[in-house]
Amino acid sequence: MGRVHSIETGSAVDGPGLRTVVFLQGCPLRCKFCHNPDTWDFSGGQERSAEEIAQTALRLKRFYGLKGGVTFSGGEPLAQAAFVRQCMALLHQNGVCSAVDTGGGVWNDEARAALDECDLVLLDIKHSDPDGFEALTGRKMDTLCSAIKHLKESGKPVWVRQVVVPGLTDSDEQLKRVKERIKGLNVQKIELLPYHTLGVHKWRALGIPYELEGVKAPDESTMARLRALL
Amino acid sequence: MNEMAWRGFKDGEWTHTIDVRDFIQKNYTPYEGGSEFLAGATERTKGLNDKYQQLKKEELEKGGVLEIDTEHVSSLLNYGPGYLDKDNELIVGLQTERPLCRSVNPFGGIRMVVSACRAYGQELSPTVRDEFRYRTTHNDGVFRVYTETMRKLRHAGVLTGLPDAYGRGRIIGDYRRVALYGTDELMDCKKADLKALGEREMTDENIRLMEEVARQVDFLDKLCQMGAIYGCDISKPAENAQQAIQWTYFAYLAAIKEQNGAAMSLGRVSTFLDIYIERDIAEGKLTEEQAQELIDQFVLKLRMTRQLRTPEYNELFAGDPNWVTESVGGMGEDGRTLVTRSSFRILNTLYTLLPAPEPNLTVLWSNRLPEGFKRFCAKVSIDTDSIQYESDDLMRPRYGDDYAIACCVSAMRVGKQMQFFGARCNMAKILLMALNGGRDEKSGDQLGPEMPVVGQGALDYDEVKARLDKYMAWIAGEYVKTMNVIHYMHDKYAYEKIQMALHDTDVHRFMAFGMAGLSVVTDSLSAIRYAKVKPVFDDRGMVCDFETEGEFPCYGNDDDRADSMAKDLCHQFITELRKHKTYRGAEHTLSILTITSNVVYGKKTGNTPDGRRAGTPFAPGANPMHGREKNGALASLNSVSKLNYDDCRDGISNTFTITPATLGGDEETRIENLTALLDGYFNIDETHAAHHLNVNVLNRETLEDAMEHPELYPNLTIRVSGYAVNFVRLSRAQQLEVIARTFHEAM
Repeated sequence: MGRVHSIETGSAVDGPGLRTVVFLQGCPLRCKFCHNPDTWDFSGGQERSAEEIAQTALRLKRFYGLKGGVTFSGGEPLAQAAFVRQCMALLHQNGVCSAVDTGGGVWNDEARAALDECDLVLLDIKHSDPDGFEALTGRKMDTLCSAIKHLKESGKPVWVRQVVVPGLTDSDEQLKRVKERIKGLNVQKIELLPYHTLGVHKWRALGIPYELEGVKAPDESTMARLRALL
Repeated sequence: MNEMAWRGFKDGEWTHTIDVRDFIQKNYTPYEGGSEFLAGATERTKGLNDKYQQLKKEELEKGGVLEIDTEHVSSLLNYGPGYLDKDNELIVGLQTERPLCRSVNPFGGIRMVVSACRAYGQELSPTVRDEFRYRTTHNDGVFRVYTETMRKLRHAGVLTGLPDAYGRGRIIGDYRRVALYGTDELMDCKKADLKALGEREMTDENIRLMEEVARQVDFLDKLCQMGAIYGCDISKPAENAQQAIQWTYFAYLAAIKEQNGAAMSLGRVSTFLDIYIERDIAEGKLTEEQAQELIDQFVLKLRMTRQLRTPEYNELFAGDPNWVTESVGGMGEDGRTLVTRSSFRILNTLYTLLPAPEPNLTVLWSNRLPEGFKRFCAKVSIDTDSIQYESDDLMRPRYGDDYAIACCVSAMRVGKQMQFFGARCNMAKILLMALNGGRDEKSGDQLGPEMPVVGQGALDYDEVKARLDKYMAWIAGEYVKTMNVIHYMHDKYAYEKIQMALHDTDVHRFMAFGMAGLSVVTDSLSAIRYAKVKPVFDDRGMVCDFETEGEFPCYGNDDDRADSMAKDLCHQFITELRKHKTYRGAEHTLSILTITSNVVYGKKTGNTPDGRRAGTPFAPGANPMHGREKNGALASLNSVSKLNYDDCRDGISNTFTITPATLGGDEETRIENLTALLDGYFNIDETHAAHHLNVNVLNRETLEDAMEHPELYPNLTIRVSGYAVNFVRLSRAQQLEVIARTFHEAM
């Protein structure tokens, strides 16, 4: 059994093609810009079996085509790696591809096995440097580094993503160091996602103070400048 | 005899009898490529379009109607020629003598015309009023016969939108016949039919049909004369592409001069016209740019269609629509695609003439359509938001490969089948009536069979279902009877002479019933079955509200418990309707379609057991109720595609709204994803067979409109990576932010 926050069918922005996104409940990171703080608490969400998840996703198989499939997001899907792996195995048996959308917040044998089972990793690099990473997420970068090391060895296809937060991750240097860090990965795509404030109301609802109050979404010129570096 | 007009065409059945399909099959050239061959608009077209846009602006400034010709009654020969810009028009013909000037058409009902004129500050001329003092209109006829119950049901909004005061529409003349054969040949054929009918027994039906055919012959003659007003001899077949388009347009123009029908659809003309265009191009007489120009000018004329309607009508069907529906694409029975270069050209008018809702371009989607065409459709949808899609794989086995869509979702074989349009029954009110023992929940009037109001305490599903069964059976009978009256009178007093002249004499008739409130009734039944729903009573002793405890599955979440209830409701209603005899032996069909009238139906309906508040809009058509889909877009599409098309042969309408960024980060991805979505949705398997999808790819203006009218934008989900939000639930400030963001992101 796993703890699931929600399932969203019909995403075209969480990996290739049309996808069903399974949002897992629970995350060890506390990213300041998180738009899903309602997925942090490991005791929240609902208990669901892997069979149930696979069945829900398989009902939509006709929409996936050649590229689409299922994305496990969260929360941190690797925090429930065994469960996620079990879901993916069931999907594979039925010819559906899956992706894991992780911030590398957990690293252990189960996490390694889950990454080996999936077809694509959406690897969220919160920050290029250990200090910056810790300041932004409240956790050490070691687990992410281990995940990157393993993905280099396995050659698994990776989409690297970074959220561009003004004042935190919008400098040229930071992005260049991200590029350094991902050298050797089987990178298929790098996505820069502009920071947005659509999740702020969730922080308020949960009564958690929002530290980035007043920070605005990056303007188009910043995004264009950073994209040019890629 | 037609050596010049038919030069180079392959012979077939069509050369001996009226058979446009056979002509198309023998002579068209399927096109499997992409859109790269298309040309842009010519300067001449741009100039004409500018003139039209200017007039349209003035029309809007004047409150929606530019001008009304109150002196003439609309018909084929009552106006002289009219032009937008005579020297630059390649395709000519207006409904009146001036562009966008509306005609009066009192054959459906004089009262409607008088009040429509007044609403726009004009008076109908005394001459016209006098003429109609001595004439029975369709509306007069209907009300002579309507029973007290029919009047009450209509007044209470149980049966609404009935075509009893205006033209019924939804009939597609095979306008192509005029281009292929000319009016002389068509008249000869009808005269021969008339002669053959004279040999039959003179029953009521035979006499009626003979009189109709005689009137058809008369109107074919009038059509020919109407062409002559514009200096064209359409008695003979068209000899080139320009003539083929002109002749076809004249036939359509005659129809909209004769009838102010709710939906006056065009049919399926682009692949037919392509045969003429390709022949001219092969003969070196036409370039691609000129071919596009002909199609552009044709489409511009279609966009200039105007009918005079009352503001109340416009409240029901927002946006002054005429449903000039043109069906594009599809596959042939022999496996070849019916997509031609002209399928692309007609979609291309959304670029050459700017996006517009008319003509209502309807793509007949099949998973086997050429990839290049699929991609172009997806691109046009994303750029212009102006295409609807319907399943060719579902309709072709039932209607052959020369059917077209009337209005939004009503399929019929062109020139061989027609329908008696019947608007819809508000099933949510029937459910409330069932709980209230036949009384209307708003007025308290006894409308249906009397029985005690439902008892105190939680509603028992089996009891409620038994009550609903009883009242559904009763309303089905009343509905059929009402429709029979309406269409008897429409045939008698407002018969569609020219449109029926462009049908086979031995025509197949459908009687198209409709159901509104499917999702409301489904969720209400689900609530009663799976949660605890207690009725609340008012001082009349009637149920006025409900208290619900517990969770229940809602239609739209790919949950079979609720979805199967929706499917069963459709089956049950059509089964009940079929028990009653229809006028002229028409075949019963059912649609799940409201267009924008879901708002008005909602206004007329009290609190419902699903938790919907009185006056709140229903979901449109077969859409799940807004805000109740918890699992996203694909689950919702799956739910709708479980409804059985064979129960709802007049169509199952589904509206899907999405922003461009939600479909993907760049144009290529968006095209791929929308194509995958359509392929997935229309893929037929054991449990799914979707019929229709209105794809709404939102632009900034629509998103802003959604802020003002959230009820018109069900299920509008805004997505960014890893996050989804229902737009209409956001605060105003958040919505503004989303708008800013959504269009900031769009590249």
